[in-house]
Amino acid sequence: MALNLTDAFLELIRRASSDLPPDVERALVAAHRREEPGSVAKGALAQVLLNVKVARESSRPLCQDTGTNIYHVHLPASVPHGKVEKAIVAATRKAVKLNYLRPNAVDSVTGKNSGDNTGVGQPQIHFEQWGKGHVEVSLMLKGGGCENVGRQYAVPDAETKAGRDLEGVRRVVIDAVQKAQGLGCAPGSLGIAIGGDRGSSYLLSKQQFLRSLDDRNPDRELAALEKRLLAEINELGIGPMGFGGKTTVLTVKIGKMHRLPASFFVSISYMCWAFRRARMTIRGEKVTYGY
Amino acid sequence: MAIRIDLPVSEEAIRALKVGDDVRLFGNIVTARDTAHKFMIEKRPDWLRPILAGTVIYHCGPVMKRLKDGWRAVAAGPTTSAREEPYQGTVIGEYGVRGVIGKGGMGPKTLEALKQHGAVYLHATGGAACVLGDAVKSVEGVHMLEEFGVPEAFWIFRVEDFPAVVTMDSHGGSLHAVVKEASGAVASRLIHGI
Ligand code: SF4
Repeated sequence: MALNLTDAFLELIRRASSDLPPDVERALVAAHRREEPGSVAKGALAQVLLNVKVARESSRPLCQDTGTNIYHVHLPASVPHGKVEKAIVAATRKAVKLNYLRPNAVDSVTGKNSGDNTGVGQPQIHFEQWGKGHVEVSLMLKGGGCENVGRQYAVPDAETKAGRDLEGVRRVVIDAVQKAQGLGCAPGSLGIAIGGDRGSSYLLSKQQFLRSLDDRNPDRELAALEKRLLAEINELGIGPMGFGGKTTVLTVKIGKMHRLPASFFVSISYMCWAFRRARMTIRGEKVTYGY
Repeated sequence: MAIRIDLPVSEEAIRALKVGDDVRLFGNIVTARDTAHKFMIEKRPDWLRPILAGTVIYHCGPVMKRLKDGWRAVAAGPTTSAREEPYQGTVIGEYGVRGVIGKGGMGPKTLEALKQHGAVYLHATGGAACVLGDAVKSVEGVHMLEEFGVPEAFWIFRVEDFPAVVTMDSHGGSLHAVVKEASGAVASRLIHGI
């Protein structure tokens, strides 16, 4: 049987929308365990965990905001980009009909919803050609509520007295979380990029969400900062949904890139608890799925 | 123990609620988000008044499934309420709404209106779209669906056992303000060492 590329993508969307990666779910279970018995924070996390179970069992969206659909596609030269893009768009339209995705694409000038979740820049697809023979795809659904609380700082920053070093990065990240409060459906995850220009910096910050929550940053200094920030941010006590509590973020991931001597950007992307990421590998006719 | 609220609800029952109370809603609630709020302020339609009187507005853009003889809420969690801050206070006063369900809390203008008119802000668990969608037992009607599209329309949901927490009450209490102040003090220590 020949591979139906559209159906392969449709299954990727279903998985991304209705399930959480196991590393994220484990972190939420641990967060639930830590909260005080009887607290509203614990109650909120219990509802979150129940919701994950119900969504998975019924193939429904974990959250009704099925977000910006961000694809990263690695492919060999033999596979045409256009073919993959067409399949993604067709799968997206089908996914809306099946209620895996919400019609979530609005014309920025007329305000009209396209009705099928496609439009200019939605879905968002990043292609990268590579030397391997197979195709690898990751899909992240990035909700609007948490996207709205992302921030970018051009340091030095006067308000936080942040300078152009890792101490400055630490300061602005704490500032960003304090300003976000519970708005992005805490407990969330932080993807941080240091360097680049404004555009590449935000992109790299989001790509941190493709890392497993349990991985270790190969850069020792960044690994230490990730650990310190995770502990300090949870001291803020903002808690699940901003109700107050022990877990405000589940993880902190930092990436770096070179910058111009004139610029020093720190970009902070916030991913809500509904941290939806799924992966697909296509080798010949064989499709496998993961997180 | 959660407090049961049957809708439509009286001002007295709403004034009895305090920040931190766990509530369960029964009856009709009405979804309204950005376009709907703008519409309520600019057009002030009379047909909407009986629908909203004594009930609660839900900040929600649901995923809906069309059935042969109606609709079903597939996923229906709250959306960020802060966007309605410019409108909410006026909407509460104008339509006699007794509460607003959303996420993230709202600002001082809304808090003032809650006090003045006797209403509460109810926080639903953000993202818990399936669990909350399942509390929607039937769809009693929809308005402005053609004009606004599915996520922005006024959906009338009959809910049972819909869970929420009072985070802003009619006595000036706001859990959001308390958490912001406490976390602000910690943030300033972590950032500036003071
Ligand atoms: S921030 Fe995330 S969990 Fe919250 S409503 Fe948006 S997509 Fe859903």
